[in-house]
Amino acid sequence: MKCLECEGEIPIPEDVIKGEIVTCPDCGVSFEVHKISKDSFELRPAQVEGEDWGE
Amino acid sequence: MLYDVVRTEEKMLAKAADRKNIDLNMICSKDLYLDLHKDYQEKFGDIVLQRCVSYFRSIHITAFLESKGVKVVNGLHEAFTAGNKLNSTLKMVNAGIPVPKTYLAFTQESSLKALEELGYPAVLKPTMGSWGRLIALMNDSESAESILEDREHMFPIYQNYYIQEKVKRPPRDIRAFVIGDKVVAAIYRISAEGVWKTNTARGGKAENYPVTNELEDLCLRAATAMGEGLFGVDLMESPDGLLVHEVNNTIEFRNTVPITGVDIPSLMLDYLIDLKH
Repeated sequence: MKCLECEGEIPIPEDVIKGEIVTCPDCGVSFEVHKISKDSFELRPAQVEGEDWGE
Repeated sequence: MLYDVVRTEEKMLAKAADRKNIDLNMICSKDLYLDLHKDYQEKFGDIVLQRCVSYFRSIHITAFLESKGVKVVNGLHEAFTAGNKLNSTLKMVNAGIPVPKTYLAFTQESSLKALEELGYPAVLKPTMGSWGRLIALMNDSESAESILEDREHMFPIYQNYYIQEKVKRPPRDIRAFVIGDKVVAAIYRISAEGVWKTNTARGGKAENYPVTNELEDLCLRAATAMGEGLFGVDLMESPDGLLVHEVNNTIEFRNTVPITGVDIPSLMLDYLIDLKH
């Protein structure tokens, strides 16, 4: 999958789950796997930390 | 399992469910829309593991599901209590659990008076929040004034001033994991170089901490003060013994599992299966 930022190659795990965060090994930008049908998905820029995020 | 984002923890839980042949339905909160007039027990199954990383979203969904008769872990009572430092500290004070000396104030002026009584250095924490976010060290009245002034310009929730003594402790604290009525693992969280906070989210390093009787007793009392479920109890080693400074509601365990060898996600699922029966 091509990185939306630098067009580097982002490896997508075989067992990817919708909502999973993947990171570009080239530029370090994180993306959220947004939509998964059988063989397709798309990436959207990930929200890194919301104001009410945590444990 | 209800989630916002699939982090390492959610993947570990999904894999543990696979190994145990548990029918785990992953529900992304972002896809949800809920009809207040409908029944949802069938859609959400026997039990919901609440893993949303957004606190406000999680308590809204939990409130909704509980009102529909769906069992959620952690429940709304536990999420309200552990998710708010004032609520959780008050429960622990009332239960006689040793906690750092803490004040609550609502203005800059009254906070400075509280700080005069408490003494410096002290720590200002948001009542809601996590990962060490917006926790400020106040070394003296000048730094306190500046920090409080900043807060006066922030969203009103940050003007509930939860002020706590800065406990004299080694550059580490202890995180213990409570699953039901058991303390299953504990780690030291050691501050990163040049950082006073110990949160692993802020670069703190984890080391195994063998669970002692004292730790177990304190953690179970702290967890009971919150209700029942899954908790991460944070403790500090003060000169007078262990103090509980926080109880967490949606535990993160990615660093703990490899260091302690304890399969926390499997134990969490076992707990949920036991609850179901």
